[in-house]
Amino acid sequence: MEKNGKQKHTIGVLVENQPGVLSRVAGLFSGRGFNIECLTVAVTHEPGLSRITLVTTGDEHILEQIVKQLNKLINVIKVYDFREIDFVDREMALIKVRAEPATRAEVLRISDIFRAKVVDVSPHFYTIEVTGNETKIGAILELLSQIGIVELARTGKAALARAKKH
Amino acid sequence: MDIFWQFGIVREMTMIFAGLRCVRPNDPEVRVCVFSCVDSFNRFPYNDLSIPWELLALNFVSFPLAKRGGAGAGGCAPAQAVVKGDPMKLKGAQIFFECLKKEGVEVIFGFPGGAVLDIYHEIPKSGIRHILVRHEQGAAHMADGYARATGRVGVCLVTSGPGATNTVTGIATAYLDSVPMVVFTGQVPTALIGNDAFQEVDIVGISRPCTKHNYLVKDVNDLARVIKEAFYLARTGRPGPVLVDLPKDVIQATTEFRYPKKVELVGYRPTVEAHLGQIKRAHQLIRKSRNPVLYAGGGVILSGASHELMRLADILQAPVTTTLMGMGCFPAVVRKEDGSKELHPLWLGMLGMHGTYRANMAVQNCDVLVAIGARFDDRVTGKIAGFAPHAKIIHIDIDPTSISKNVPVDIPIVGDCKNAMERLIAMFEEEPVEDLDEVRAPWLRQIEEWRRAYRMAYRQEGDVIKPQYVVEKLYELSDGDAIVTTEVGQNQMWAAQFFHLTKPRSFLSSGGLGTMGYGLPAAIGAQVAFPDRLVIDIAGDGSIQMNIQELITAVCNNLPVKVAILNNRFLGMVRQWQELFYEKVYCATCLDAAPDFVKLADAYGAVGLRATKPEEVEPVIREAFSVRRPVLMEFVVEAEEGVYPMVPAGKDISEMLLV
Repeated sequence: MEKNGKQKHTIGVLVENQPGVLSRVAGLFSGRGFNIECLTVAVTHEPGLSRITLVTTGDEHILEQIVKQLNKLINVIKVYDFREIDFVDREMALIKVRAEPATRAEVLRISDIFRAKVVDVSPHFYTIEVTGNETKIGAILELLSQIGIVELARTGKAALARAKKH
Repeated sequence: MDIFWQFGIVREMTMIFAGLRCVRPNDPEVRVCVFSCVDSFNRFPYNDLSIPWELLALNFVSFPLAKRGGAGAGGCAPAQAVVKGDPMKLKGAQIFFECLKKEGVEVIFGFPGGAVLDIYHEIPKSGIRHILVRHEQGAAHMADGYARATGRVGVCLVTSGPGATNTVTGIATAYLDSVPMVVFTGQVPTALIGNDAFQEVDIVGISRPCTKHNYLVKDVNDLARVIKEAFYLARTGRPGPVLVDLPKDVIQATTEFRYPKKVELVGYRPTVEAHLGQIKRAHQLIRKSRNPVLYAGGGVILSGASHELMRLADILQAPVTTTLMGMGCFPAVVRKEDGSKELHPLWLGMLGMHGTYRANMAVQNCDVLVAIGARFDDRVTGKIAGFAPHAKIIHIDIDPTSISKNVPVDIPIVGDCKNAMERLIAMFEEEPVEDLDEVRAPWLRQIEEWRRAYRMAYRQEGDVIKPQYVVEKLYELSDGDAIVTTEVGQNQMWAAQFFHLTKPRSFLSSGGLGTMGYGLPAAIGAQVAFPDRLVIDIAGDGSIQMNIQELITAVCNNLPVKVAILNNRFLGMVRQWQELFYEKVYCATCLDAAPDFVKLADAYGAVGLRATKPEEVEPVIREAFSVRRPVLMEFVVEAEEGVYPMVPAGKDISEMLLV
């Protein structure tokens, strides 16, 4: 919870694969003054359907409007309001970090602790792939930044509701 | 690609892709496509370096867009067409008209151009009437006026590029007021889309935020299904405009014509039937109420629920106020036995910024406010925090996003107004309010006191015509039996205050968007639907000039609309705000350089009449009403008359400036 009752909030949106569908969703946010903190889109296993996962901020009233407005879009099939549902979320990051002889071992150690993989190596840089929730990614970034992050690409969140136990 | 994370950036990036109709990255064509994207991105203002296109394709285009040349716009499920008899092979343009006929379209408003010539070529054979406008904005407003007056879907047809962009104001007007309308725009051939071709514009992108939904048809096999869906979307749920973009090669291509029987839209299921439990709660709350007010909006008219509203008001003895959009859904006056008229005892008039004293006072003092098909617009509520402070609020609306958007609601009821009111009435018939007359008497007495305390008043004295006097005379001499359209500004507010309506669909006004120039084309659209009714456009000298070119459309189609210009040589409403809140600096609101409206009417082949003195008003109106031709009446009125009461923006609606 941030100041002014503003919350970070994850929403899943199942949409029809139509040209411009992402534009409709993104346009809704900018047109109505809602924020998008991050956004992930990809096809699902069902042909013709894509899933958008987005993180937004706002108070209860704004979040309620966002969910209602998303539902109003014709190409939106279902909105998963993760305020009400228990869910898992993950994000992947590619981190290009400075890896000189003196720091290489430390970079590898940190990668190990976070179960990250080194996916590209060059004389002065390692590129590390790490997957996790926001906190975990935040933690590894903080540690690596002390060594020297050169470039960073994050995928944004993917989220799914937890399956019911029974 | 690195970008600066700024507000709206995702939208801008997606617009580029949607504009280019990008394909999937694993599609062999993607290289070409993404290269052309890169060019667009390099022109993108937030971009700070040139783009490695592989990354772009990987990270950004990983969401799927339609395959080039594959299934185009519309739902993901293929059309579930059921064919009767042998299907015919037809050109897209012919299919277009077959679909319109299936939808019962009788008239379209339009303007031709290169991209839609194939469609225009088919019009003479189609049997559908085409009204040629002089500006595409006029076409959109005419379709809108036609739709509001009839309740049917208005249709307009324009060409690509400027033809399409000219309709945007008309589309936005219809969107804000929930008017069912389908706009067909031409488009350059699919192969040229994204190339900045002649008269190309991404109208689907432009109109996305002001349509209920829109389509680009990329395959003639999708055409019939898309048109079917467009009409269905336009008129169901909360109605609204739908745009269909038709590339030239699509309407030239041929295919078998199959009109789908059913619309299958998985993501669209408006709630019509209201939740019974919520209606029960509303019933219980209203039963206990001593001072209820019914606050009715355009939704009552859209759902055809005027009768139910009157019944509900009667059964509860509850006073009714309406929004500008709701004008006519409750009769303002009733006829007495001797034939004369008096105000309906439960009628409060319009509420809000220029609402009546009694309506605003009633809302501010009620204990239960029942909002029906209204959306708590800022022009209605004034300062939100001070709106209806003592009231529990019940809100009936078919659009869940309207509920609790501006004002927190105690009992939300999502559903069709008619359906919800019918069931509420049934409950009150079963279990009525106890001792109704006794319970309600003090409240109705209080309202009567407010009515006496302040009436809408002006004094017609001296040699100068008061604009209100003109509206009152129009009302009297038409006996209130007219379709009234308005422009926007003071003319609109005086029309709402002094023209007492008794029937729904008889007051057509741009409420949400406030579009100057709406009234004349809307009047023409209404007159096309009802050639024998009296249609009056109450106009200002500023607004009328915004679409004056449509006068010729009225003349050449023998549409005898009557335009009453209240000429005060000012943009009156803006001037009024300058007078009250901007130190009387009348910057850019004085219109004393104006055309001679009588000569102008003459030039167009219409009848031009002018009144400059109060005693000339009545003869001018009588003459205008007696000729079966379009008439432009110019009333030279008091220059600095204001609209009162007025609630200054941001104040409680009980804080009215009365004179």
